[in-house]
Amino acid sequence: MATLTTVQPAQDAGLRPVPWRRMTWITWRQHRLALAGVIALLGVAAAYLLITGLPMHQAYGAVSACRPAGSGVCQQAANDFLDTYAPGVGVTLGVFQVIPALIGAFAGAPLLAREFETGTFRYTWTQGFGRARWALAKIAPLAVAVAVAGGAFTLLVSWYMQPIFGAGDHNGPLYPTLFDFLGVALAAWMLAAFAIGVLAGVLVRRVIPAIFATLAAWAGLAFVTGIFLRQHYEAPLVTSSPSIPASAWVISQGWFRGGNPASLDMINQTLRPVDVQAVTPELFQPGPAAPATFGDPVKYLIQHGYTQLTTYQPASRFWPFQWIEGGWLLALSLLLIAATVWLVRRRAT
Amino acid sequence: MNVIEAIGLGKRYGSTWALRGCALAIPAGHVAALVGPNGAGKTTLLNLAVGLTAPTEGTVTVLDGRPAGSPAALDGIAFVAQDAPLYKSLSVADMLHLTRNLNRRFDQSYAAARLGQLGIPMRRRAGNLSGGQQAQLALTLALARRPRLLVLDEPMAMLDPLARHDFMAAVMAAVADGDVSVVLSSHVLAELERVADYLVLITSGSVQVAGEVDDLLASHRVLTGPAAEADSYAQRLDVVNARRGGAQAHLLVRTNGRSGPVPPGWEEHPVSLEELALAYLREPGAGALPGPTRARGAEPMEVTNWQR
Repeated sequence: MATLTTVQPAQDAGLRPVPWRRMTWITWRQHRLALAGVIALLGVAAAYLLITGLPMHQAYGAVSACRPAGSGVCQQAANDFLDTYAPGVGVTLGVFQVIPALIGAFAGAPLLAREFETGTFRYTWTQGFGRARWALAKIAPLAVAVAVAGGAFTLLVSWYMQPIFGAGDHNGPLYPTLFDFLGVALAAWMLAAFAIGVLAGVLVRRVIPAIFATLAAWAGLAFVTGIFLRQHYEAPLVTSSPSIPASAWVISQGWFRGGNPASLDMINQTLRPVDVQAVTPELFQPGPAAPATFGDPVKYLIQHGYTQLTTYQPASRFWPFQWIEGGWLLALSLLLIAATVWLVRRRAT
Repeated sequence: MNVIEAIGLGKRYGSTWALRGCALAIPAGHVAALVGPNGAGKTTLLNLAVGLTAPTEGTVTVLDGRPAGSPAALDGIAFVAQDAPLYKSLSVADMLHLTRNLNRRFDQSYAAARLGQLGIPMRRRAGNLSGGQQAQLALTLALARRPRLLVLDEPMAMLDPLARHDFMAAVMAAVADGDVSVVLSSHVLAELERVADYLVLITSGSVQVAGEVDDLLASHRVLTGPAAEADSYAQRLDVVNARRGGAQAHLLVRTNGRSGPVPPGWEEHPVSLEELALAYLREPGAGALPGPTRARGAEPMEVTNWQR
């Protein structure tokens, strides 16, 4: 093959790239609706937190004003407060779990997928700006905006959760559906969901399939993280004490006898004299013949030679866990964005 | 200077070669028509030239040796893709603003004046314009970048005859105004015959004919005579394609400037561009490729590259 003649280097070297700031207007003009969507979604959620949170804070005011603190009366007030409000808060945060997924699916996935679907990439990528820089100039500001919005929303969630934690709810801040809406985790999860969406868009190249791919990928990642990954950020603690520290995140509990795991049958055999049935190793149901004076089946089993081992993460590890999760999600997001820009640059049409 | 130069260029999608062994050098200062049947590889070749697609093998450079898709190449080329993709939700004014921001040069006053002449309202959404207006808007945006090479992929596919005429008139006016070279593709040869002065015929993924239209027309003739004598006569000639209609035979021959005596009973006619193109399209084995037209007098190209 003949060698190519050289380009006039002097002329091309003087060719300064189109400045980055020229993309500001374009990114704003083309994605202000997506940004408005993010703001609207978080705004509705924030309004709900305010509307339900203000009465909750009022009610908690009475609980925290109770004197002498720690007395039986005050303890009862706190328990009544939690009985009233904790289930609702649990459901609210449970529903909120989809927020990062929605942001990834509806702000992230269409960002590039729409360019492919409508063919406009053939217009934009042949302009002087250069397509890799164009992609980065769109993704980076939106990613920052999404993360900042997530951080702002976290402040509100922290305020909202104060009474629940203050009243001593047994679900501490490490509880899976709470942990990812506190600290730096929400911002990191929203950023990661956005990055997943953008990458899905460039891989799938169709808006609707990219949205579903994003939802699936995000759900998989969130599930694996919450169920398997997070509990290993630090080696969990194990205790044989029946009283676990308040607000700890209990990962697993099990009965042992003579150093071996005790089956449900074994436990039930031991409990038969007092007519109590263990439905699960943690849930006991007294029968009609159970003595009225019978107290705690856990204590009863311990008296009869059983050991209950509890694996848990203490609530004091909340911030280290936040930084670990925030850190790897940030790294993952940067990696996904880099992969997206690389794909835009390399794997065209 | 060559506006597009390809050496051993190939592009494979999956197991199918859309383009293979493509060698081409389109000199500057022409309106070059890239003609071929659907699926011949025209769009692939143009996508490679504008840098949208990366080649599987070989190289393609534009505007005097700049790698396709490089910043310098993007700066000098304006491309209007098939169906003139625009952001349908943006207004005409926003499309202008967007294009100005994405390029180092943009002649806003030219674009505004031209759209004014065409009666395209600035505030209307691009998606609400007619097909012809969208094509004209895309062309205006491309020309306002003041490119040295304008690449148009099937620019008239979705236009009605009047809009086609207006579109080509606009292209020709731009060529007359400044020093812009044009490469445009079409599977309809008739609409290019009036405007193209350079022809590239591409069939099943490779270049079959390439050359200036005047040279091609001057070096080919149609000979018409008795069908019975056609075979013996044809043996002495460089026949591209022979068609028989009843007692008459029509031979398209390559004379390459040599004009021999015509036997009695035979007539010689000049050939039209459409006849010439059709004859070659019917005979995918035949080829007419000029020597390398490398204006910079670079090293000679191996012959094999050009006659594959």
